[in-house]
Amino acid sequence: MKSVVAENLVKTYSKGSVRALDGLSLDVEEGTVLGVLGPNGSGKTTTVRILATLLKPDSGHAIVGGIDVIKNPKAVREIIGLSGQYAAVDETLTGWENLVMFGRLYHLSADQARVRARELLEQFSLTDAAKRPIKTFSGGMRRRLDLAASLIIRPKVLFLDEPTTGLDPRGRMDMWGVIEGLVKEGVTLLLTTQYLDEADQLSDDIAVIDRGTVIARGTSDHLKDKVGGERLEIVVSEKDITAARQIIDRVSGSTSTVDAGLRKISAPVTSGSAALVGVIREFDAQGLHALDVALKRPSLDDVFMSLTGHAAEEEKLEEAKAKKRGARK
Amino acid sequence: MNAISDALIITKRQLQQLIRVPEVLIFNTIQPVMFVLLFRYVFGGLGAGIPGGYVQLLMPGIFVQTVTFTLAATAQGLAQDMEKGLIDRFRSLPIARSAVVMGRTLGDGLLNIVVLIVMGLAGYAVGWRPTSGPLHIFAGFLMLLFFGYALSWAGVFGGLFSKDARVVGNISFLFTFPLTFLSNAFAQTTSMPKPLQYFAEWNPVSTMVAATRQLFGFHNKFGVTAHSYPSEHPVTTSLVYMVVIMAVFMPLSVRRYKNRQ
Repeated sequence: MKSVVAENLVKTYSKGSVRALDGLSLDVEEGTVLGVLGPNGSGKTTTVRILATLLKPDSGHAIVGGIDVIKNPKAVREIIGLSGQYAAVDETLTGWENLVMFGRLYHLSADQARVRARELLEQFSLTDAAKRPIKTFSGGMRRRLDLAASLIIRPKVLFLDEPTTGLDPRGRMDMWGVIEGLVKEGVTLLLTTQYLDEADQLSDDIAVIDRGTVIARGTSDHLKDKVGGERLEIVVSEKDITAARQIIDRVSGSTSTVDAGLRKISAPVTSGSAALVGVIREFDAQGLHALDVALKRPSLDDVFMSLTGHAAEEEKLEEAKAKKRGARK
Repeated sequence: MNAISDALIITKRQLQQLIRVPEVLIFNTIQPVMFVLLFRYVFGGLGAGIPGGYVQLLMPGIFVQTVTFTLAATAQGLAQDMEKGLIDRFRSLPIARSAVVMGRTLGDGLLNIVVLIVMGLAGYAVGWRPTSGPLHIFAGFLMLLFFGYALSWAGVFGGLFSKDARVVGNISFLFTFPLTFLSNAFAQTTSMPKPLQYFAEWNPVSTMVAATRQLFGFHNKFGVTAHSYPSEHPVTTSLVYMVVIMAVFMPLSVRRYKNRQ
């Protein structure tokens, strides 16, 4: 059974000039984890905000836990948990006070709210810090408390919007551990992230989104296969880049990408070592010199690059968003 | 029913904040007390011929000014909650759409009780002596609270449009400061240029000041509009103003909160 279904969601800002979501569709099977992977400004947060009833789409529809998000948002709020990019808790209050307050707002009795707060503080290793104002918490602790607040009613569906953005490596590892624990308990989770390793580590299924639409969907392995077999990576000196690229494109039969800083040209190849030998031979014939040569198995990074591969576009959307924010002030 | 208990939880949160950060309460009371002292002794001489002296006219003015600033406090508090993402968290909870804003206005209203008590005592210390009976005095303070509460809803509405809490605070002061000074709060309107008198005397701040002066036992003198309804019935006029302010801003604010993008 599908716990989350979104169909053709469209959301525009600035009177239609910015399409945050452009016909986005996705679904999450009950008890599984969907990782929504995409660069900044690709529409991840907008998607979560719509599914969590914070935002109404211009068109399309969405169902969470069998309930229509647009027609019956109140019933959806009874069964979801949401934890966003920043810890949305009251910083002046203590961790304990925050959890009891949210428990009360979920209409638990005063006693039930206290019991639940105690359980959650224990589960997230925050018992010692419970009596301290959130202000004094580390970033990782704040995020854990925020997550705890979203679990008060044991939600059927949990939305985590970039749960580890801004955390230090240790905080991230802790957070991963916590999320993996939840997944084991069988929660249905939709998680957005811009980190490939995070999507790889935590999700059953990955939806890659870009410019407001899903451009690829599948398991991590499936996506890697989709990009093709291996990648050829060759480092040359500055002056040789253009010539080397022509050769690589011709031999590999695909379009290479260039990392100008590292002077590294890379291209997906299907014929593996044959392509490597072919390129080296051509280099030799034209008197080019390769500083480093490698044939690599694809990583999820490559998947990401080959699927989205337009950093400039991402910036454009960000700019438009910033303008929108400016205009609203 | 749930809407009210949810709102009270939000109000409780604000009171807990005051315990955690008592500075807020302290500065909220120091500022108006400072105003009492400054005006009492800087402009004290203006009251020649006023029975009981300038301080009798001044205190209602400062009371009204202080509760008028509730607008800015509410707007800023709400804007801060939005900035922190707390409002989004609240909006994802199964609570009434009115609960958060209602709770916020109640919290700011409760804070005004403390502030008014402290100011009243400070006023008494510098010679303010209401001459009416305890019931009238009580009614006067009740009106002040209610006026602050009504304006708090205007603050909610403004705050919900905020993208930056500091800017919201500044804008609200830009709006409330002239409103409290283009009034009879600190000087009789009769000494103002005629066109200004019209504005000043219809200003809700002025009718409130006139109403509380009356309830505390002092007559308030209006200029050009001396025979108008607000001048002759400041209490009723002020009550009408409050009802109108709330009738406009309560539904607008709840709607804005609900449809926030």
